[in-house]
Formats: sequence, C-alpha cells, structure tokens
Amino acid sequence: MGNLGTVVSQVVEKYNKDKTRLMDIVTDVQSELGYVSDEAVVQLAKALGVSKVDIDGVVTFYHFFSKTPVGKYSVYLNNSAVANIKGRSAVAKAFEEAAGCSFGRTTEDGVMGLFDTSCIGMNDQEPAAIINGVIFTDLTPEKAKELVADMKAGKEVSELVKNFGDGNNQSELIKSMVNNNIQKKGPVLFAPFETGSALKAAVAKTPDDVIEEVKLSNLRGRGGAGFPTGMKWDFCRQAEGAKHYVVCNADEGEPGTFKDRVVLTEIPEMLFEGMAVAGYAVGAEEGILYLRAEYLYLRKFLEKVLEDLRSKNVLGKNAGGKDGFNFDIRIQMGAGAYICGEESALIESAEGKRGEPRNRPPFPVQNGYLGYPTTVNNVETFCCVSRIMLEGGEWFKKMGTAQSSGTKLLSVSGDCKKPGIYEVEFGTTIQTLLEMVEGRTAKAVQVGGPSGTCVGKKDYGKRICYDDLGTGGSMIIVGPDRDLLEVVHNFMEFFVEESCGWCVPCRAGNQLLLDKLEKVMAGKATKQDLKELEEWSNIIKATSRCGLGQTSPNPIVTTLKNFPEMYQAKIQKDVDYVSEFDLKAAVQESCKAAGRIPNIKEH
Amino acid sequence: MSEINITIDGKKIKAKAGQIIVEAARENGVYIPTLCDYEGIKPAGTCRICTVKIGGRNMAACTTPVAEGMMIENDVPELNDFRKAIVEMLFVEGNHMCPVCEKSGNCELQALAYKYTMLAPRFPYLWPQRTVDASFPKILIDRNRCIQCLRCVRGVTTTDGKHIFGLVNRGGKAIISIDPELAKEMTEEMAEKAMELCPVGAILKKEVGYAVPIGMRKYDGKPIGSEYEK
Repeated sequence: MGNLGTVVSQVVEKYNKDKTRLMDIVTDVQSELGYVSDEAVVQLAKALGVSKVDIDGVVTFYHFFSKTPVGKYSVYLNNSAVANIKGRSAVAKAFEEAAGCSFGRTTEDGVMGLFDTSCIGMNDQEPAAIINGVIFTDLTPEKAKELVADMKAGKEVSELVKNFGDGNNQSELIKSMVNNNIQKKGPVLFAPFETGSALKAAVAKTPDDVIEEVKLSNLRGRGGAGFPTGMKWDFCRQAEGAKHYVVCNADEGEPGTFKDRVVLTEIPEMLFEGMAVAGYAVGAEEGILYLRAEYLYLRKFLEKVLEDLRSKNVLGKNAGGKDGFNFDIRIQMGAGAYICGEESALIESAEGKRGEPRNRPPFPVQNGYLGYPTTVNNVETFCCVSRIMLEGGEWFKKMGTAQSSGTKLLSVSGDCKKPGIYEVEFGTTIQTLLEMVEGRTAKAVQVGGPSGTCVGKKDYGKRICYDDLGTGGSMIIVGPDRDLLEVVHNFMEFFVEESCGWCVPCRAGNQLLLDKLEKVMAGKATKQDLKELEEWSNIIKATSRCGLGQTSPNPIVTTLKNFPEMYQAKIQKDVDYVSEFDLKAAVQESCKAAGRIPNIKEH
Repeated sequence: MSEINITIDGKKIKAKAGQIIVEAARENGVYIPTLCDYEGIKPAGTCRICTVKIGGRNMAACTTPVAEGMMIENDVPELNDFRKAIVEMLFVEGNHMCPVCEKSGNCELQALAYKYTMLAPRFPYLWPQRTVDASFPKILIDRNRCIQCLRCVRGVTTTDGKHIFGLVNRGGKAIISIDPELAKEMTEEMAEKAMELCPVGAILKKEVGYAVPIGMRKYDGKPIGSEYEK
C-alpha cells in the first residue's frame, strides 16, 4: 500500500485528470489503498477540481467501493434467493465462526471482512462468494472454514482456487473455478462462428442495409425490455452528433441471470464483432463494454480477446477491411449496482457519476454517453446481430414466435437437476423447459428474475416470449418444499437494497412493502393488509421513475395473483385489525433497568 | 410551428414547442402540483407528485416536454390519490413535526398535505434515525425534514460551478451531504437562496427565525397552487 497523496496524484494523472473516468480512478485508489478514506476523497476532489460531495456521492453509491477498510481479504457472499435455497446460511455461519466476526464487519486485526452482496451471476453454482475479485463457487461450511484458515495463514487468494471450471474458465488468463454449464446449444449463439466473418458480411453492405437486415430479423433487445434493435440503431444513426457511441450492457444484475457471463467466457469474439457491426451501422468509432464488477475476473481475458481482434483487423483502423471504418472497444468496469443495468444509469456510471437513471426524453439514442447519440444493447443482442449478418434476417425470423423471433439464452437455477444455460427457441413453454432442466415438481417458476413474473402450475403451458412471458433470461425454479414467501421476501429485500433512492415511490415505497410483507409473514396481517399490499404496489409501479420501481412490486403482485392461498393461510380471519405492537418487548428494557418483572396481563 | 396544441382534462391549451408540461399548464391557468420542481433550475423528477396520464401512460409533468396533440389527464381521482400517497410516503419516511418547524406555513410539503386533505398517513411511520448538522457558518441542515428533492444540489453552486450540496449513499440510506470547505465560502445571498430553495424546513439560515409570524405565511391564507388556477 502506497502513500495516500502519491497514490491519488498518480491515479488521477493516469486518467489525465478526466473526471468522467471517476469509476476507474476510485477503483484504482481503492485497490492501492484498500479503501477510499475521507482524506482520499478530499484529495481526489482537489486533484479533479470538483466538490468533495461529488466524489463522496460516487464512492458511497457503489457496493464495492468503501470509505472504511474492508480487510486485506474481503469476502462478498452472495445473498440471492437461490443461494439461500442451496444452503447459504450454514456457509455464512461457518465464515462468521471461523473468522470471528459477523457479516457487515471486518475482523479486529483487519485481515478479513465479511459482506453480503446481491446476486453475483453464479446462481447455478451457489452458494458462491467473491474474495478480492476471485470467485468461489459451490461453497460448503467445510470449504468456508478452509478458506478462512488459508486467509489467516496469509495465502494469495488465487492460490485458494484448487480446481478450474470447464471451457475457457481453465484458460491462463481466467483460471477460475466457475463452470459454464452449457446444457443446450442452439443455432444462434452456440453454433460455430468464424471470427471476422460477421463484420466482413456487414461492411459489404451499406450501413442502412445493415440496419434494414436487423429490422427484417425482428431482433428485440435481449436484456428484458425487448425494444426492437434495428429501430434503436436507426434512431441512433439519424440522431445528430459529432460522434456516436456503441455501448454493450454487460451489467447483468437481475438475480438469477448469468447467461452473459457464459457468453463473455466462451464467445466474446462474437459479441465484440456484433459491437463492431453496430458501430458500422450507426456511425460510431468507439465502443464501450460496461462490465459488472462481479465479472472482474474475466477482464484480463477479455482485454486479450480485444488485442487479438485488433491484430486480426476486426477492430482498429479500417476494421473488417473497410476503408474509412475505424472502430475500437474499451472496457469500463462497474462497481456493484443493479440499477446500472438500466441503460441511462449505465451511461451515467460510465461517465463517472452515480448510477442514477436519467429523465427521458431525451433518450440515449439522441443524447447518450457524454451527450453523444449512443446505442446501448445487451451482450446477447450483439451476438444475435453477428449471426444475423451471416445467416440473414429471414433465417432468424423463421425461429420463435410472431412477436419474438430467434432463440433466447436462459439462465436456469434453483430446484432442478440440470441448472445452467439453455439456448431455446422463443415460444418454448414453461412445461417443456421444466422437463429439459429436470425440475418437473416445481411449485413455482420465477420468470425474468424478481422484476418478472412468478407463475404456478396452472400457467406452465405459457410460452417464453415477449408476447406471453417475457424474460431477460433469469429462470428460477422453486421446488415443492420451499417457502415461496421467503423467496418473495428475499426479492423485496433486494429491491430495497438496490433502489438508487432518487424517486420517492421506489425509495420509500419498497421499504413499506417489505415491512408489510413481514407483517404478513409474522401472522399479524388481516384481509385489509393484503388489499393494501396490492394498492401500494400499484402506486409504486405507476409513479416510479424507472424500470426498477415500475417492476419491484412484481414479486408481491404476481404471487398475490397466482398464489393467493399462500397469503390466505397467513392472515388472521374474522378480525379487522391485529396490533403490531409488542408490549412485552417494548417494556423489556425499562423493566430490566428498574429490576421489575413485567406483568403484562394486568394491562 | 412554434405553437403546440394540447389538452389537459379536456381543456384546450396552446403551448410553446419544447415547453415542459407543468410550465405550459401554469401559463394557461392549470395547476399541476409539484414539489421537487423549481422555476429556473433543471428539473429532476424526484418526487413524482406531478405524475399525469398521457395516452394511458404515467409521466412526470415536470420532465416531459409537450408534443402536438397530447391529451393529458391531471385532476382526476386516481392521480390525486397517487399524489396524496406520495405526500404520505414523505411524511412517514422522515420525521416531520410541523408545529415546531420554522418552515410551517411556508412549507410546500405541508401545503400539499393540506391540499390533499391528509389526516393520518395510510402508511406506518418508519421513524428513521436522521441527523442535524449545524457546523456550517451560515446554514444548518435538519435531515429529519429532508425529502431529497435535490433542489439544493441543483440550485446552489459556487461561482466556479462546484456543488455545495450533494447526495451520498443509496436508496433509503441516501442523505444530503454538504462540502464543509465550500460551505465556508457561502455568502448571505447563497444561504438565503438555499433556504428559499428548500421546500421544507431541512435547510435553514442561521440567526434568523420566525421573521414572518405564523398566520401571515405563504400558505396560511390560501392553498398551494391557487395562485395558478383560473
């Protein structure tokens, strides 16, 4: 660890005092100093010529930045619903006992810090944790104890990885225990792909014809919202600006999704080439891959892939052999914030600010990164584009349903025998999927993650597509013996944790919903409370500023609709009101101080 | 073509191209309630009280520009209930004690609560632990009353454009923070402006109190928004 003043000035110099690179600056300062102290914030503000509150705002916004020491080893244990299903609590307890400190704290000697973290994209191999950027999967209490012992002994974190996962996870630049678990390959993503071929096909056409081909394919955004990609590119191309940008959203933070991690590990060439095609189509020379902090372990590998693509002339000057078309890509790391998956929040973050969504209009295609017209597309979307360039829009459109063409990558996790990645045609029913993944006994399937829809048996005939059950890819299977309310509760805690706090209904409303849900779970609710859950959900969905608050009540709304009996079983019948006030608990402290035994019955 | 035709609750209105809905409405005698919005500073859309319905979609009227043929629903029971609910959320989310607040009568949150006849909020109080910081020379901040409208963040900057106020943390833990060094440079006018911008009693100028007696304050005589309504 270096001297604070020197570190700050060196890091700021490295990024040419460019405050739009604040994410990288803070990341580097934290990795050099272990945390970003108040003094470091003051110095950063001075060096960048901004207010201290602006730096503080950014440092305190992101989960992986910290103003206090996080330990020489910082353990971030995933707390997704599936992690809980797979035995997280025993693992957490083992970590706490062995380390001698509780979650949310660091050990007194400063060696170790234990922290909760939202879904890290390893739902098919939970419980999982990130320790100093290194991923540990399939944890057990025994493994947790071993890890703590090794950390206490001062071993390098990378040395603690004993065996490597499949595919490129074994490559020299990744060397991770993560598994791809590709269970079903389809014709779009996982068919053979020759590097350079898609861009070559694209630059043989005019940019307008490339956009027409994408429009013809009916390709819609794979992140979940499903906006037509060709139309987005068209808007971006037509928007006036001295420059245009292509941004890849690799911030998959929806709990239960991990498909983009597998794409980044196995077929990054196809993704980057899709970005180059987009660059050609919209007239951009620069592309940015916004990579979630949880996937930091892939960065070196991806940098090497970019290097190779430059040497193969897929990137760089006259890319794809097209005179005058220059295109390159840089990687922008995130720092832990679900909201940055929202495209305008992602852009704000890439500009070195708090990841708060923007007001729209203007849309990113008009006014995006640094104010320039920007197209933001999902990892999988870019891969689809590469395939469409090779096989054509007509070919692509033949697969799927009328409104949802092509295939979809699904990240399947939870109570099934074969979790992992499935490339299926749009229109596949939930029932068919459950048979594929060997999870036939499921009592519920969470389609599209917490912000999506929770369906039960009566809806297993529904199809996975934008016009029926839309999904960004997260499919969480909930087995017959699980307490579904616990799952709903986990999802609501997630939204409370991840709300950016900008608008009132999302910031306050989700907390109120969570409290009300806890009232139901504690058996203290009545019919009126269920009615209020529904009404309050409606208010939050209707008035929130962005997709987070517009969908965060969904776990409650969709289970109230599809599993009413679960709620009915919890409420008190034939009463209008149950007091939440616990007199015994309330007087406990004062009685203890006064040396009295509370006599509740008298009152 | 700089004139744009829109309707609000059926009333035909002529607006200027590029104008924000709230502004166009007010110029034509229609009040759409706002709280985080303030004339002359960039709209933020934090409070959502101005939520209107356009073609079935809920939009914030303080951030949405007018467009030809827009049909806007404003003063309707569903939206008014949303607005009341938001006021209630703000009351339970903070610790608001109107009778002892310097801003009582001048407070926009209180005035909106009266407008929407809030009696007891429908939501349970969250009773957060919030702080008061009076360590600055000219102002003090009482975060119990803060509704995070970000007017101070947006509207008060140093002469070279630095933010004196800023939002730190995230979600329910987010609070307004003040740069202590820059706060020292605040002039009388800046302190006055900060207090004036704050719609509630969170930012107060030091050494002045109750200069205007209760009963003679902005909203004591007539409800908020009535100055716009024709």
